[in-house]
Amino acid sequence: MERRRFLNLSGFAAGSLLVPVMGRAIAAEELLKPVAPALKKQLADVALNAATAAGASYCDVRIGRYLNQFITTRDTRVENIVNTESLGVGVRVISSGAYGFASTNDLSPDAVAGAARQAVAIAKANATLQSEPLRLAPVKGVGEVAWATPVLKDWRGIAIKDKADMLIAANQAALEAGASFMQSSLFQVNQQKYFASTDGSYIDQDIHRLWSPMTATAVDKATGKFRTRESLASPVGLGFEYFDAKPEDKIQAAGGVTTLYRNSIDLLEEARACGRQARDKLTAKSVEPGKYDLVLSPDHLFLTIHESVGHPTELDRVLGYEANYAGTSFATLDKWRTKQFKFGAERVNFFADKTTPGSLGAVGYDDEGVACKRWDIIKDGVLVNYQATRDQAHIIGESASHGCSYADSWNSVQFQRMPNVSLAAGREPLTPDEMVKDVKKGIYILGRGSYSIDQQRYNFQFGGQLFYEIRNGKITGPIEDVAYQANTQEFWNACSAICDQRDWRMGGSFFDGKGQPSQVSAVSHGSSTTRFNGINVINTARKIG
Amino acid sequence: MKLLSPEETRRLTDRILSLSKADECTVNLNGSRTGNIRFARNSVSTAGLVEDTQLAVSVAFGKKQGVATINELDDKSLEKVVRRAEDLARLAPENPEFMPAVAKQNYKATPTFSQKTADIDAGYRAQAAAYTIEACRKKGLTTAGFFTDQTAFSTVANSNGVYGHQASTGLDFTCTVRTEDGRGSGWVKRSAGDAALFDPREAADVAIEKALRSVEAKALEPGRYTVILEPAATSELIGFMLGGFDARQADEGRSFLSKKGGGNRKGEKFFDEQVNIWADPWDKDVGVLPWDGGSMLARERTDVIKNGRVNALDYSLFWAKKQGVRPTAGHGNMIMAGSNKSTAELIAGTKKGVLVTRTWYIRLVDPQTVLLTGLTRDGTFYIENGKIRHPIKNFRFNESPVSMLNNIEEIGKPVIIGGDEVPYQMMIPPMKVRDFNFTSLSDAI
Repeated sequence: MERRRFLNLSGFAAGSLLVPVMGRAIAAEELLKPVAPALKKQLADVALNAATAAGASYCDVRIGRYLNQFITTRDTRVENIVNTESLGVGVRVISSGAYGFASTNDLSPDAVAGAARQAVAIAKANATLQSEPLRLAPVKGVGEVAWATPVLKDWRGIAIKDKADMLIAANQAALEAGASFMQSSLFQVNQQKYFASTDGSYIDQDIHRLWSPMTATAVDKATGKFRTRESLASPVGLGFEYFDAKPEDKIQAAGGVTTLYRNSIDLLEEARACGRQARDKLTAKSVEPGKYDLVLSPDHLFLTIHESVGHPTELDRVLGYEANYAGTSFATLDKWRTKQFKFGAERVNFFADKTTPGSLGAVGYDDEGVACKRWDIIKDGVLVNYQATRDQAHIIGESASHGCSYADSWNSVQFQRMPNVSLAAGREPLTPDEMVKDVKKGIYILGRGSYSIDQQRYNFQFGGQLFYEIRNGKITGPIEDVAYQANTQEFWNACSAICDQRDWRMGGSFFDGKGQPSQVSAVSHGSSTTRFNGINVINTARKIG
Repeated sequence: MKLLSPEETRRLTDRILSLSKADECTVNLNGSRTGNIRFARNSVSTAGLVEDTQLAVSVAFGKKQGVATINELDDKSLEKVVRRAEDLARLAPENPEFMPAVAKQNYKATPTFSQKTADIDAGYRAQAAAYTIEACRKKGLTTAGFFTDQTAFSTVANSNGVYGHQASTGLDFTCTVRTEDGRGSGWVKRSAGDAALFDPREAADVAIEKALRSVEAKALEPGRYTVILEPAATSELIGFMLGGFDARQADEGRSFLSKKGGGNRKGEKFFDEQVNIWADPWDKDVGVLPWDGGSMLARERTDVIKNGRVNALDYSLFWAKKQGVRPTAGHGNMIMAGSNKSTAELIAGTKKGVLVTRTWYIRLVDPQTVLLTGLTRDGTFYIENGKIRHPIKNFRFNESPVSMLNNIEEIGKPVIIGGDEVPYQMMIPPMKVRDFNFTSLSDAI
């Protein structure tokens, strides 16, 4: 029945974390051995030639080596250390006007040529069921090029013991600060992706990503109440230097309620805050339901952006390709064609990009060999564009792909995935503290919490990690049991202020799922602290049993 | 991929265990062949076959443990994976909660394999898609869907003499049907271990009918309603809650099953007395492997909720030892007792209510009360005087499955339903529940 490719890290230990994974494990010393580009080019040419000889009008080859290391800890002990490696080749072709795809983990020229021929055979079979002819936007071959995430410290070169010690020290700090229990993990990803196509591109990319989620739990046994506080830090497309905290990357939240981070993190300080604030939540006042002005911190707002702006502007959803799983979209082509569809207030500007340094979506080229760029999605509040791949560009009258193609493995078919989609900073100077001063009755929300949205992205409900009541321009104290419900278009039209560029930073989703069979991708969303007026807040406290 | 026989896997696991120089060694060997066909906009979009073998070796030196996996099974690879696990174990810090590998177990075979499912080929999958697509084209409807089938084997072994090998099969079919104007949407899901129980025509017809019936939905005020919840509307809510039946979490005070002042609520009446839920690896419809691959303990038939009481909690090897009780194998299925009544009969006995086909995007809002939020989707109807009157707009709900299972009025006949975001194969009945909490309207169709 539906089986997702997850490695249950509890399989051999007491943890309970599921991480998407595939492939074989590797010992540390093997991690740093690259596959020579010359060998990859040779193999790619084998596939391109075999596909062309078998009748393909187009072929692309992806040779992927995916290295992951996951470390999970609980309180003062390491629960698990897992290394994985996956290496193989995926070949996509167009033949008789249809796609075909085949993959192999056998890197011999015969096996790779065989996969290419199999892809052509599949394309020819699929062509009989094809009702819409494929039209690829042109891409000029770029020859042999390379791109790499700029990293100062490669996670693969850091001793496992040092990483485990770092997490245990953080757990210890949280326990001392008030947590009853503390869990922390470290996800480290390296994707070595080689792309070649009959357009004449041979693109070698080396991509790095990191995430260190933490959860503190505070328990009051006498009342039976418990509360959690998760880390506010974001996953990043950076090297291990991310863990070398720099003073200039620390930001004081409005009212000084907590410390936030930009391009590096002080893991100990954030862990301490997790422990202390989990404990504080046990005695925080329960929210009065009603309408509030919401002041949303970027570490919270990124997820609202992801769900309510990122997903509905995916062109494959708009067209119906995801109808059976992720859903369709309210941001339909007829609304877009009017050039007047007010997605949000005039101050709302969203741009898509896969170029912002340090972001999860940053690469040089997508999985169709398209150079990455930045473009507008919502301009002055109006829906102006979508996220498209080569075969979709013509549908929205564009002559080139946006570079939104991605596959999570060499053995997955590439398809349209979300680039970084970000809210542009406000043009007028405004800090979060100044923003709060204008609020009579409001709530300041930080961190990602519960999230749920319908299949066309109209109705959503979000929680958070930290909630502070605002009364007459002042933060009066922490509150609990907060969730807000809104309609996407009404919500973005209720956007009443956006802080300026000084406050702009990115949050991100490390395991975003889409497609059948499901594939994961990582994506960032930037914003400054932003205010929304008159949003419906519900109280989530209940009594059971 | 050739599915390995018990003799072949026995030879492989014996070889791996003999290669290990560690204090103990455990082996999980899994192979699968998964076929799929995906369609959208009344055309097939992708079709594929993925074959994979995974060998995971876990070794321990004292309380230091390492895990390595590989997908090649030649002698050199076997040696490599054992050495890698040993390297990682030597680098790992001691785990004070380390538990030694379990002693030899008695695994009694369960019904998890169907030759008819194993025989599914590309032609069968194409047929499943083609029927839906053709039926929708004829009626001016648009369909998107996914059919997937899997044939697999699982082998477990350890240096204490544990050995188990079993083959399994399964299939899932989901399909969404939408009207051309986008005002109607219907959906269906069918899961089965045995392809003999699956009929794509019956399934597609359900989705088509729901799509056609759901146009021109009227808005109903959000609030508390009596609802008829079809199995796909409750399976994820119930599965989510049952995943939280962990004794340690409860004893540590961080679960909805924690007791004020300490301890857990095992034995307490927590649900309506009509509620009976059990796990049974030998169930003929939703059989699962006779062991849990993590602990390698033999699974047992377990009454999890009996007459509304919390009857059993999950104890890991470590927590069981600490509490002086028997450890439990992780459950693979969940079966809820019901009656012989159909959904139609539940509707017929309802004066005023809402019929929910499916719930979606379910997320935990508050772990203290297992408060979940999510939305109805693909077929929500108003019931009056025992009849479906008209389609209604979708709702967002904020509801705890604990409250839902306390507010049961009537239970229908259980059906097979595979977990989507929960890890169980399930038999769940349609249910009539009072005071289900819809908190807002959604425009989504």
